[in-house]
Amino acid sequence: MRILSAVSFAVLLSLTVLAGSLAASSAASAQGAGLEQGLQKFTTDDFSDTSEGIGAVAASGNPRAADILGALQDGRLMFDAASKTVFIKTAAGAVVNAATGRPAMLPDSADNVRLNNRLRGALDAVMGTLTLLSPDPAKRLDAAQAVFKSRDPKTLPALGTALAREKNSRIRRVLQEARAAAILSSDGADDAAKVAAIAMIRDRGDQDSLALLQSLPKDSPANVREAASAAVARIGRSLEMWSLLQNAWYGLSLGSVLLLAAIGLAITFGVMGVINMAHGEMVMLGAYVTFVVQQVIRAYDPSLFGYSLIVAIPLAFVVTGAAGVLIERSIIRFLYGRPLETLLATWGLSLILQQLVRTIFGPTNKDVGNPSWMSGAFDLGGMTITYNRLWIIVFAMIVFVALLAMLRFIRLGLEMRAVTQNRAMAAAMGIRTARIDALTFGLGSGIAGIAGVALSQIDNVSPNLGQGYIIDSFLVVVFGGVGNLWGTLVGALTLGVANKFLEPFAGAVLGKIAILVFIILFIQKRPRGMFALKGRAVEA
Amino acid sequence: MSNAFRLTRLLDRGAAIFLVLLGAFAIAMPALNLLVPASSPLHVSTYLVALFGKYICYAILALSIDLIWGYAGILSLGHGAFFALGGYAMGMYLMRQIGARGVYANPVLPDFMVFLNWHALPVYWYGFDWFPYAALMVVLAPGALAYVFGWFAFRSRVTGVYLSIITQAMTFALMLGFFRNNFGFGGNNGLTDFKDILGFNVQAETTRNALLVCSCIALALAFLVCRFIVTSKFGKVLVAIRDAESRARFLGYRVESYKLFVFVVSACMAGIAGALYVPQVGIINPGEFAPGNSIEAVIWVAVGGRGTLTGAVLGAILVNYAKTYFTSGILAPYWLFMLGALFIGVTLLLPRGIVGSIKYGLDRRADTRAAALEEDTRDDVAPVAAE
Repeated sequence: MRILSAVSFAVLLSLTVLAGSLAASSAASAQGAGLEQGLQKFTTDDFSDTSEGIGAVAASGNPRAADILGALQDGRLMFDAASKTVFIKTAAGAVVNAATGRPAMLPDSADNVRLNNRLRGALDAVMGTLTLLSPDPAKRLDAAQAVFKSRDPKTLPALGTALAREKNSRIRRVLQEARAAAILSSDGADDAAKVAAIAMIRDRGDQDSLALLQSLPKDSPANVREAASAAVARIGRSLEMWSLLQNAWYGLSLGSVLLLAAIGLAITFGVMGVINMAHGEMVMLGAYVTFVVQQVIRAYDPSLFGYSLIVAIPLAFVVTGAAGVLIERSIIRFLYGRPLETLLATWGLSLILQQLVRTIFGPTNKDVGNPSWMSGAFDLGGMTITYNRLWIIVFAMIVFVALLAMLRFIRLGLEMRAVTQNRAMAAAMGIRTARIDALTFGLGSGIAGIAGVALSQIDNVSPNLGQGYIIDSFLVVVFGGVGNLWGTLVGALTLGVANKFLEPFAGAVLGKIAILVFIILFIQKRPRGMFALKGRAVEA
Repeated sequence: MSNAFRLTRLLDRGAAIFLVLLGAFAIAMPALNLLVPASSPLHVSTYLVALFGKYICYAILALSIDLIWGYAGILSLGHGAFFALGGYAMGMYLMRQIGARGVYANPVLPDFMVFLNWHALPVYWYGFDWFPYAALMVVLAPGALAYVFGWFAFRSRVTGVYLSIITQAMTFALMLGFFRNNFGFGGNNGLTDFKDILGFNVQAETTRNALLVCSCIALALAFLVCRFIVTSKFGKVLVAIRDAESRARFLGYRVESYKLFVFVVSACMAGIAGALYVPQVGIINPGEFAPGNSIEAVIWVAVGGRGTLTGAVLGAILVNYAKTYFTSGILAPYWLFMLGALFIGVTLLLPRGIVGSIKYGLDRRADTRAAALEEDTRDDVAPVAAE
């Protein structure tokens, strides 16, 4: 259908190209005759005649062919049965004689040349061959792909012409594939050509090639059929491998999202043993910070929109980090040593935060845009990679490494580790554990906030955003083991990849249930997670 | 030990007062609804009867949570799952009772199955047209899940917060499952449009009153079972496990068996609560499995006071009454603020809950009075440390 959308340009462009190339050849008069004969076919108001007419007009090689067929596609081709003339209504409403291109008067008895679905299909393929010579490489590529899918043997001559002229190696390749497809479908080609065609199509190796090879007629010679079935098997294998890779990629992407959501939790839970059920709401707050930043940018200087995320990340960190410190000082510090009560209080807090955001911003999803550098996708072999997923994986890794470095190289990190390992001893060494607690909680919340910035790019920004992640995040932390960031990394990626690999077999919901059951069983086996703290720190 | 002593231990003053009040309530509500004419100011509307029937079911659920949280220290954030399972068992019975009166008038298949082009009743629906079997499943389904889950969890010593999180994951997984159409429980819409229960119209006033009375009886029985457990020697061991699990284990008690037993009892109780709840509300859907519901049930217990039993009942009724009151008025947008504040306020300021605080106050007064008395009689001896 891409052809259809390209028609309006194609009409104009192919006209110029055809005029410049084919019309220059000596067969100009023959072309005129072919065109005239083809046009006559349009005047009988009979579908099979119209079909022949399309073929004749396209085969005529006349520069006006593309114009005429484009008009036919758009329903702008009129005929007058009495005078056996065909007219084109231009998009602007003027009327020209189809054969000459000169302005004409439309007789009252004129009628539209009618099409049915079969004709429309044929027309698409024919238009494809006509645009094969377009000066725009993208259009040529599209046309070549369309011809490949049409597998119409009638396109062979046009493909030959196009191949002879094509310089772009990528388009050449597709043209060759299209020719191979056309050869396979043609009755006239010999077996050796067909086997060579099969090899060509096998190397293309996508879903379309598979369909093409599978639809080979039953009465083909044995060697052709054998080559085809071998090629089908090989394409099947390679497609399987690519889908495996694609799944792994999706899993990695989901895993990095889980990592972002869970890593802050790993800090608060790991260092302080605090179950923060409002963690998801910190993520949600981060997403709303992004929304506000984008609103402000849209209102004052839309040209800065590309930088909105770069502004939002530190801002979200500060906002949610401050909220975290506030929560720690006002609620959580009174509940140390009572984890179950902490759980309930923070759950209450999450209800309040959700309702607060719902009151301020409304319950509906907010529109958070992707900056241009985060939208779009590219193909890598047989898989599609979207930029936003790619950036989120990169971002998650940056956050992870930064956090590791912070815990390792900065004084605050050292003090945090000290408090994790032995609170009493750390206090005795002069570390103000209460201050560390507040800062740790703020850090965990702040990271949740920047996770929210990232998630705003791939998820709906609504007051319920956080709830979707909280159970998953807890499972990641519990699975990976408390108090160990590497555990969180491995846990998140494992769960993400496992989830995506289960989805094709079990469906999204059953896959999720299977994961939950697996984790419940896993906790039986290793109640403290994969990377558990050992020694005295466990009971402290 | 004399029988009289055993009875007073089972029914201390608070428990006796509670049972009397409950009995009076169970008699007064139907009487005021059915016997007092609608014009009288004393008349209780059928709406209120159904509403309080619902609260009583919540109270049973709260009681089941208090039994494990208050006395064994197991904070389950997935008790709503047992409640919902009991509810689904009852809902399946009620669906089968619709018979040919459904929209598609299929005598065997419930409407949603006809809608999904199913041709035969799934095997696990067999027998649900027979009330005793359904009643058995109300207890058995949650009990079996609790047994399997608890056996795994307690055997490998998953405790505290970890247990809370995996119970939450459990109810979340069940919710996802029940949302699916091919699970055969009505998917998104759940089970609804009930007509009859045991041959009586579920919508009728008399049936609603009868269900309320049944719920009150179930609550009283559940309360007695809980009292019996917590006042027995078994109950003392439970409290020991709650306060010092490792020590109880070192003393030779099989901690996991104790926990498992009480967990299963509690789950069965929650299942019964769900079964009584469904005919009174007229619907059961996967939303009942939502983790939020289970956590909300925990806060009822916290408000009333955990480890008090009567407190759980009081908390369930108070919080739910407040919820009904606030969500139906102009204050509706603020209900979640209030609920959230309740969670925080109770844990920070009233950790013992309402009944717990009252009990604590009374005990303190009794202690000081006893101490004063002792001081009077033994002036010459220095008092022993009070605490």
